Amino acid sequence: MQELLAHTDTIDIVPSQEDTRRHRMTLNMGPQHPSTHGVLRIVLELDGENIVSATPDIGYLHTGIEKECEVKTWSQVVTLTDRVDYLSNLANNLVYALAVEKLIGDIEIPPKAQWMRVMMAEFSRLNSHLVWLGTHAIDIGAMTVFFYCFREREDILRIFEMFSGQRMMTSYIRPGGLALEPPRGWQQAVGKFINNFPSKVDEYDELLENNPIWLDRTKGVGMVPLEDLLDLGVTGPLIRAAGLKWDIRKSEPYSSYEKFDFEIPVHTENDVYARYRIRLEEMRQSTRIIKQALEGMPDGPFVADSPKIVLPEREKMKTQMEALIYHFKIITEGYRVPAGEAYQVIESPRGEIGYYIVSNGTSRPYRVFMRTPSFGNLQALPDLLEGRLIADSIAALGSLDFVLGDVDR
Amino acid sequence: MIPETLKNDAIALALHTHEPEAITGGHNDHNEPTLFIARDRIVPVCSFLKTSQEFNRLSGITAVDWTPADPRFEVVYLLHSLQRNQRIRLKCWVSEADLEIESMTGVWRSANWYEREIFDMFGIGFRNHPDLRRILLPADWEGHPLRKDYPVHGHKYSYQNE
Repeated sequence: MQELLAHTDTIDIVPSQEDTRRHRMTLNMGPQHPSTHGVLRIVLELDGENIVSATPDIGYLHTGIEKECEVKTWSQVVTLTDRVDYLSNLANNLVYALAVEKLIGDIEIPPKAQWMRVMMAEFSRLNSHLVWLGTHAIDIGAMTVFFYCFREREDILRIFEMFSGQRMMTSYIRPGGLALEPPRGWQQAVGKFINNFPSKVDEYDELLENNPIWLDRTKGVGMVPLEDLLDLGVTGPLIRAAGLKWDIRKSEPYSSYEKFDFEIPVHTENDVYARYRIRLEEMRQSTRIIKQALEGMPDGPFVADSPKIVLPEREKMKTQMEALIYHFKIITEGYRVPAGEAYQVIESPRGEIGYYIVSNGTSRPYRVFMRTPSFGNLQALPDLLEGRLIADSIAALGSLDFVLGDVDR
Repeated sequence: MIPETLKNDAIALALHTHEPEAITGGHNDHNEPTLFIARDRIVPVCSFLKTSQEFNRLSGITAVDWTPADPRFEVVYLLHSLQRNQRIRLKCWVSEADLEIESMTGVWRSANWYEREIFDMFGIGFRNHPDLRRILLPADWEGHPLRKDYPVHGHKYSYQNE
């Protein structure tokens, strides 16, 4: 038998004679595994059904966005921020715009643009949570929820298309305000969605709340103490599911979030089920915020009054010489941003997203560091998996809610 | 030496009393306190901020390449305190001749991947890091892409003759 094995390539993973009872197996989960929702490779070391160690291997989706930012003008970078996280691109647009505006300094964003930003960011949160809920449920075996969630997500994408002309890569929030004037009839479209959506959330709740398989597979799974989560840099719904009431929208308000009335859902169970409850509750709160934004939307311009940064209106370009010159300057050379550095943080659907932007006074960023929530959250994966059953790994993995584009950038 | 703009900052003062030699400068641009820390004091400074100043979170670590300046690299630590609801930024200069800095993994475990990313993208080494490997690029990759002398376009290999 030994002689035979010596000639095969699998000799490494076949147990030796003295170690047949306590044999460990190494299993590659991914890079192409449906439940990783992207290209993530996890090297699992198994002792029977138990996970002894889990080592995430990332970088399969690395596209060098941070490097590319350094050769684009300040306004071109907006399109790159969309592509960091395809589920919450408006949150990425927003944090970039806020960071650049902080560096520019003397630019005042009109209230309408600020409220619109809040509304779009909340739509982006709904979009992200819907995709998460659908795919997480399908991982665990509840097929129907996926179709329900994607039905509503389609409505949100239509709203994005109505506003920006794009379903996913919107680039709608830009330094200085918004890309386009909100379209005619947007109130009706948003109002219709907001009226229907709360009952849809109840539907998901009903579908899953009475599903014994869902409850068995999510309750008491993937627990990590709160101190460890903080130490590992985990943010967002995972922290709130562990009992810490921390949401950047409340603690460091940006873009006039302080004017909105909403709750931060908190749970203390700290398991996959609690994370699901948090996200479900956040969808209800986001609906509330969008409703307030719709009802109280201020009048006025949608871009700041700073012609050196904001592109002029099309009509003015045809009649005013200055507008044409500014347009030409912004498009060819780009606007200059004063030298300095800024770190802007916002609450994305996945947690804390921070852009650290360094300018050396030219029309291109000197350095853009993207502190993405998925990268921070994924670091907790070994803690979530080690010492637990391999069957639980799918539920624990899904509850982190990472986007691989967001991890690798 | 505390910078003029941070004379009344409680954290900077506390740090100055605890580690008089550590602070080499700083500024408070855009109301974001920033302190320059001597490179060999960064770990004691961070553990002091964590244990007695409630900076319990490390938001991230990154680096900036200021070539052709010397020292060339700037390592940036983005700290956050949940209790105080405050953020602070610490910076260390690393020269090309001695491309190493002490690892922060002993203070915050989250430093692990951020330091690996800096190692991968800038080629800065971290002493006493438990697992210093490339993180995003393949292990046999040559060069460090986020350095300013690394080209943005162009392939090393030609795929046409294969």
